[in-house]
Amino acid sequence: MYSKEILDRFKNPKNVGEIKSPDAYGKVGNIACGDIMELFIKIDAGKITDIKFKTFGCAAAIASTDVLCDVVKGKTVDEALKVSKKDILAVMGDVPPVKVHCSVLATEALQEALKKYQSKQSTGSK
Amino acid sequence: MKVYLDNAATTRVAQEVVEAIEPFNSQKYGNASSLHSFGQDAKEALENARKLLAKRINAEPDEIVFTSGGSEANNLAIRGMAQINGFGHIITSKIEHPAVLQTCKDLEKQGFEVTYVGVDAQGRVDLKSLESSIKDHTFLVSIMHVNNEVGVIQNIAEIGKVCSDRKVVFHTDAVQSFTKIPIDVKNMNIGLASFSAHKLHGQKGIGMLYVRKGIKLKNQITGGEQEFKIRAGTENVAGVVGFAKASEILTQEDITRMSNLKKHLRQELLNISDTKINGPDDGLCNILNVSFRYIEGESILLRLDAEGVAVSTGSACSSANLAPSHVLIAMGLEHEAAHGSIRFSLSKYTTKEEINYTVKCARTVVIELRKISPLTPRGDKNV
Repeated sequence: MYSKEILDRFKNPKNVGEIKSPDAYGKVGNIACGDIMELFIKIDAGKITDIKFKTFGCAAAIASTDVLCDVVKGKTVDEALKVSKKDILAVMGDVPPVKVHCSVLATEALQEALKKYQSKQSTGSK
Repeated sequence: MKVYLDNAATTRVAQEVVEAIEPFNSQKYGNASSLHSFGQDAKEALENARKLLAKRINAEPDEIVFTSGGSEANNLAIRGMAQINGFGHIITSKIEHPAVLQTCKDLEKQGFEVTYVGVDAQGRVDLKSLESSIKDHTFLVSIMHVNNEVGVIQNIAEIGKVCSDRKVVFHTDAVQSFTKIPIDVKNMNIGLASFSAHKLHGQKGIGMLYVRKGIKLKNQITGGEQEFKIRAGTENVAGVVGFAKASEILTQEDITRMSNLKKHLRQELLNISDTKINGPDDGLCNILNVSFRYIEGESILLRLDAEGVAVSTGSACSSANLAPSHVLIAMGLEHEAAHGSIRFSLSKYTTKEEINYTVKCARTVVIELRKISPLTPRGDKNV
């Protein structure tokens, strides 16, 4: 049901962990539907220099959060905000229909984290 | 190492069964309804198997209707009764197999009234609420013998007595329990009972419904007079012969051995922190349902599979409708525990070495996944 790539990533995710005092932080999901994701982001001169995640959820949820981390690492905040659900699904490959939701949830955590970061920046610069 | 611990889903076909079936595919392949010798050989084998299976549940041979499996048997029992009655009330439980639950939901849409009685934290049906649910127009009570997810055993003798006193037909889905726990349809006042071969080392695609003499069912498959005109279709002689053979396979020693291995597995898994058993200690000999906190079932299942261990889960993420196990929710489990539930189900072929390997893998998988989970308390040693 999952491709080999997704299963490999699920078994060996590269970006698991936390960042102490991250510049941006986002959390989505709830326990009733079975997915919870946390993103910890380090931002330096407007660029994402490091990103770590923690996920409670199925293989698709874990693998896709790891994918997202790889996709946005090195990008500017503005570039990262443009990363869409489609972009993640493209890397995930053939995801079964019921797994689409958990495969794109991480993008919501990213949006939340970066938007909070931006509004904090603009408040700070005032 | 490859370990198969999903025997409540299906089992390996026993070598004895393979051998018993073979002649009915290669030589005695006649249609049991045919008058020639090929047909009559098949008919003889079919009727001998029927006699043997009837005897195992203390029924008469002409009370056994062969079906394509447990789901069909459940459908035939419930829809068949409902359609003869035309209207009325059915009582079932919240933890039945979908073959019963979905059928009842379907009948509700058609105007029948259905009561779904609840269960306690161990999954036991509350007899008092069952009894008080019986109304004048109740025509059927359907309660499973053993639950397929947590292994809880219902007191079907008691339920049968209540039904008999109140003159309501009692149907039980005995798919998981057959050959593991004795069943006596006469003494237990059972009117209808569903069985399946592939849970006991028989083939998939063959099952049976016990129909007590005098109970009328509307046939669900039409087109022939086979199976006492209740179930049309050319008889699956090879399947039936294999089913009868399969019903003889499990010994008392096998049952004791499975119970001991399950107990061992239970104790070892409980050594992993924040782990809880779902279901009673005195459940079926081969089913163990465990919740590992902070992590999700499909992840556990797939990581275990990568180590060669096959199990199943009640997590929402593994189901098409994204709802967690209705059984665990009915037992009062919180969503997190239901999502993190894993069912280990043993067979007579399961070895201690396999169980020990499974425990070792489970421990590693749980630790690894807890490292990934945001729910794991900080500083948790995991085990």
